[in-house]
Amino acid sequence: MFKILKKELLTEDIYLMDIEAPRVAKSAKPGQFIIVKTDERGERIPLTICDYDADKGSVTIVFQKIGNSTLEMTNYEVGDSFKDFVGPLGQPSEFIYENIEELKNKRFLFIAGGVGTAPVYPQVKWLNQNGIKADVIIGTRSKSTLILEEEMKAVAGELYVATDDGSYGFKGLVTDVFKDLLDNKGKKYDHVVAIGPMIMMKFAALATKAYNIPTTVSLNPIMVDGTGMCGACRVTVGDEVKFACVDGPEFDGHLVNFDEAMRRSRMYKTEEGKAQLKTEEGDTHHHKGEGSCGGDH
Amino acid sequence: MDRMKKVPVREQEADIRNKNFEEVCYGYNEEEAVAEAARCLNCKKPLCVAGCPVSIDIPGFIQCVKNKEFEEAAKVIAKYSALPAVCGRVCPQETQCEQKCVLDIKGEAVAIGKLERFVGDWSRENNIDLSVTAEKNGKKVAIIGSGPAGLTCAGDLAKMGYDVTIFEALHETGGVLVYGIPEFRLPKDTVVKTEIDNIEKLGVKIETNVIIGKTVTIDELLEEEGFEAVFIGSGAGLPIFMGIPGENANGVFSSNEFLTRVNLMKAYKKEYSTPVKIGKKVAVIGGGNVAMDAVRTSLRLGSEAHIIYRRSEAELPARLEEVHHAKEEGVIFDLLTNPVEILIDENGWVNGMKCVKMELGEADASGRRRPQIIEGSEFVMDVDTVIMALGTSPNPLICSTTVGLDLNKYRCICADETGRTAKPRVYAGGDAVIGAATVILAMGAGKEAAKAIDEDIRNSVN
Repeated sequence: MFKILKKELLTEDIYLMDIEAPRVAKSAKPGQFIIVKTDERGERIPLTICDYDADKGSVTIVFQKIGNSTLEMTNYEVGDSFKDFVGPLGQPSEFIYENIEELKNKRFLFIAGGVGTAPVYPQVKWLNQNGIKADVIIGTRSKSTLILEEEMKAVAGELYVATDDGSYGFKGLVTDVFKDLLDNKGKKYDHVVAIGPMIMMKFAALATKAYNIPTTVSLNPIMVDGTGMCGACRVTVGDEVKFACVDGPEFDGHLVNFDEAMRRSRMYKTEEGKAQLKTEEGDTHHHKGEGSCGGDH
Repeated sequence: MDRMKKVPVREQEADIRNKNFEEVCYGYNEEEAVAEAARCLNCKKPLCVAGCPVSIDIPGFIQCVKNKEFEEAAKVIAKYSALPAVCGRVCPQETQCEQKCVLDIKGEAVAIGKLERFVGDWSRENNIDLSVTAEKNGKKVAIIGSGPAGLTCAGDLAKMGYDVTIFEALHETGGVLVYGIPEFRLPKDTVVKTEIDNIEKLGVKIETNVIIGKTVTIDELLEEEGFEAVFIGSGAGLPIFMGIPGENANGVFSSNEFLTRVNLMKAYKKEYSTPVKIGKKVAVIGGGNVAMDAVRTSLRLGSEAHIIYRRSEAELPARLEEVHHAKEEGVIFDLLTNPVEILIDENGWVNGMKCVKMELGEADASGRRRPQIIEGSEFVMDVDTVIMALGTSPNPLICSTTVGLDLNKYRCICADETGRTAKPRVYAGGDAVIGAATVILAMGAGKEAAKAIDEDIRNSVN
């Protein structure tokens, strides 16, 4: 069992939790993820690692209430335990293997979208600990949905915030900020890391491609085991089929087939909709929620 | 009673069982088991024993059954195997112990598997304690993987007095016994769980949710956590895909994903959260036991289920019993057929499969007749779900994070027949070494490795 040490509501539907998992905390690296399963009947949900503390033996996760299982996770309080918590999974970010002195000459830009700000944080923090200040753009719907702003400020070079509704920072999309930095602000970057919703990563990669800047994205396909045994998370990168859980989750953003990846992540939309409806409104929908679940079929 | 014929075993009716997940085969009751046991000739030089990868004293336990000494029978088997209720169900006895039985020459072999299963089930139902262990010797051994190889190695070492910890990557123990083989062939909560509980009763500790190579490495176990030896029984769990166009369409699954969702995550039960998506018409590609498991599972989820296999019925690698069961249940066999492309609708879902007809040509180096495409035989099968059951290979995770292990060209770990690898204090066995094979071969490898580990630790101490 894996005890919840801290629970914090970051926005109306984004939660932060510290989980007691000493083995994972000791081995975790930026770019990796974990799989959590609430109880006996729960499903296995992949979540990126936001932070880790080997001394305390804890791992920080941030998740958005978007489906039935994440909704159920929000019912857990400090002192409760998740039945299963496994990791760290996936490959760490490539830069942690690079020569530090060479890394110091590289200008990094991170583009974070929504809850994707959480997995960006440990990467920027790691670079900062090694004397590298990376710039960060956070894109979010509005001021009320912005997360980890102070934490990010403390470890980043420049931090730019973009909101869809203009309620805070720049009004517009992360790609608008990106273009503005390069076209008008004289900024130059050697490498971009973009993490967020698939659609945002797709457009971020298209934007960076136009400027010919190497770009890493972190994919979040459907997963089951997370150890390479099933291929549920398979994605096409260049001409190859890769398993995001073991070969990734980070890939060359200019080679990822985003349309296929987005289509595959919708595979269980209807089932998720039904399950969420059932949880939120009780088992009153005897028509199994068909036609009223918000699914896309 | 005809001495040359097996006592028949009771089964759930095909037309009822193809709609539920309960066990197909009911097994023998006491009376039937005793009658079947009486057929055994109790050979002086029993050939059946040589056909068993863990060399169970088969006539020994069968004579106990014949005399209604069921507890005694359980104790005889326990000397060799910790998983009789599992092996009695899933071993391919027709190519192992039963193939060697002398009665098989003129009639039907003794139903050794069904008798072993009876003893395993009887000792579970009667709570027989088989947990006799030697005095603790204080030496720690780590076992990687809780499938049949790891469980057997752990059980044997615990009996010798070792302090054993099993590390399992998934949230449940049992390996393929829990995620792969379906409930209707191997009940999880009763059979598998009890046999694993028995191994825990020997004092074996189990840590689930630990992925060796990620959560902790083999070298850390040896250098920092005080383990004197490590046994790798991580299996061959990496799925193989065909590499044909359309394979990433929505509705194409590996058999591993499909079976894991259904068996391990219990997606077929509505109170469990994991979903499984299955269409009206399912094509399972492959002809092995996993293909049979996947196709029979699809059937039970309400689909019209097809086996697509590129050779003919005679070459099907699955157990005869399973092919027979599948046919009875209504699985459609499309033999000498091979998919070449998966067709996709405008939303990215499977809406057909382009196939070619095959014929068998000359025998190849392995002696199997090579299937070849019949020119101009292309046709489209109307299916909406495709499950790839083409086999699996070992996961490279452990080897890529452990210095000093050798791999062969099939990415299997190189180990000799005792389980010793190129790296001191590291042993391996089961599918991780020989590639996807059987439960009982994995158990045999676990047993051999336990012997080697014990020998090496004793020698290093003295």
